[in-house]
Amino acid sequence: MTPVTAAESLTPELAAARALGDDALVLAQRLGEWAGDAPVLEEDVALTNIALDLLGQARTLLSLTGDEDELAFLREEHEFRNVQLAELPIGDFADTTARQLYFSVYQELLYAALADTGGALAPLAAKAVVEVAYHRDHAEQWTLRLGDGTEESHRRMQRAVDGLWRYTGELFEPLDGLGVDLPGLHPVWRERVADVLGRATLTVPGGPDRTPWAAGAGRQGVHTEAFGRLLAEMQYLHRAHPGASW
Amino acid sequence: MTTTAEHTAPGRAASAPPPDQGELQAAFDDAVAADTRIEPRDWMPDAYRATLVRQMAQHAHSEIIGMQPEANWITRAPSLRRKAILMAKVQDEAGHGLYLYSATETLGVSRDDLLDKLHAGRQRYSSIFNYPTLTWADVGAIGWLVDGAAITNQVPLCRCSYGPYARAMVRICKEESFHQRQGYELLLALSRGTPEQHAMAQDAVNRWWWPSLMMFGPADGESAHSAQSMAWKIKRHSNDELRQRFVDICVPQAEVLGLTLPDPDLRWNESRGSYDHGAIDWSEFQEVLRGNGPCNEQRLDRRRTAHENGTWVREAAAAYAAKHAADQDNAHEEARA
Repeated sequence: MTPVTAAESLTPELAAARALGDDALVLAQRLGEWAGDAPVLEEDVALTNIALDLLGQARTLLSLTGDEDELAFLREEHEFRNVQLAELPIGDFADTTARQLYFSVYQELLYAALADTGGALAPLAAKAVVEVAYHRDHAEQWTLRLGDGTEESHRRMQRAVDGLWRYTGELFEPLDGLGVDLPGLHPVWRERVADVLGRATLTVPGGPDRTPWAAGAGRQGVHTEAFGRLLAEMQYLHRAHPGASW
Repeated sequence: MTTTAEHTAPGRAASAPPPDQGELQAAFDDAVAADTRIEPRDWMPDAYRATLVRQMAQHAHSEIIGMQPEANWITRAPSLRRKAILMAKVQDEAGHGLYLYSATETLGVSRDDLLDKLHAGRQRYSSIFNYPTLTWADVGAIGWLVDGAAITNQVPLCRCSYGPYARAMVRICKEESFHQRQGYELLLALSRGTPEQHAMAQDAVNRWWWPSLMMFGPADGESAHSAQSMAWKIKRHSNDELRQRFVDICVPQAEVLGLTLPDPDLRWNESRGSYDHGAIDWSEFQEVLRGNGPCNEQRLDRRRTAHENGTWVREAAAAYAAKHAADQDNAHEEARA
């Protein structure tokens, strides 16, 4: 089997591109689990559409650093550099909405800044930021509806935003080679997220946004238990037929 | 809303005396004969409306139930390109469901009513989706054979006498023909791949061929709704005619694929200029229709569960809309004061 180029031997810029590609791939994989099971038909369309946008971003980014299929299907857990937020199970619609809010606000800020760097990833970022603005709008609209809907939806949405909060700090860890001041985007992210949560009558979570243990080490190749199962499902067919073309 | 009584012929002033039934029926018959489209506000016989609701609802339900067997492979697609194609396809199916429910709503029924009937087992979806997708090659076989059969059935519906249905079908057929080609291309890659991949493709075609032929419905002599639907120009060709057209298209395509069709009686008939095929096992068709197919319960349960799990979300959206409609009203009140 062809060995996949280890992230450590890539230039910092390509290693960063691979990390962002992993974020997009893994979240697309999670969102793809919703197809056919969304609460309303319009959301089957919307969630699959977001998944497709992310998968498109992933393919472009991963292809910069190697063969997209080898990278997706032949790496093991510890070789993936995605943030843990992207890999967590889909949960209920509130969990999915909360993750989409946190992630899309982050991605919109990141891609906008990346587009401004003028570096090799700038054209991709400029294209992706337009897509991501829709993802953010979609997440925001549902956060408002669930937060300010019924008692039940409010309770579920508050639980979801609280539960995922400890995975958000990792999003703003510095990523070498990107040319973007990620820690510098963190306060803007907090402000934007707090604004949406406030309008949705939700409380901004007060707990830590990372923990000393599991949460927040995806960029170092440390993942959650759920991630191994995600990869097992995603990779099994490709791995069962070594060298086959599809 | 399920009433049909409010529908009147277009273009009549409110004060004019209501036209009698015979006059309306004659105008409708003339429109059908002249191949003019019947539109939602036109008068139509109750039975015509009921037939359309039955057929269009079944079609819409088939699109959304049909997402399940294919979505079954989204998370396991063996390359990122195939994953993207499959996701886009399943998304198209949700979109087709939306167009078709909307087109059906023009007949005075709501999407919620139709979904309730589907969930209660009172409206059908295509029996083909009661078969399982056991391997990746099934995704290709569904594209080539199931979507191919659907297109053969649906292209004539683009000329159906009911305007909203015909127009929805134009768009749907364009997308379906992409799906069909993508499925074919998937199978071609497998057939020309490793021996294991080739065997996977052959096995899928063996399992999907006969159920695909059954998609055209019972033989002409046995079809309950055909004659009236043909007279109304909802349907343009008989079941057997369309089935034959499909067989004639598939046989040479299978040869190019390097796969065989599981019918020893399949052979060219010079005098008819068509392929003869073996007898269809209609008892299997009837069993699946009665609910005894491999996945009938599973598909409907999955659909009901998704709907039930989404109840709190739909309630939240409705509550939010109601609250904020009230806010807007208050804002208008204040502006006026």
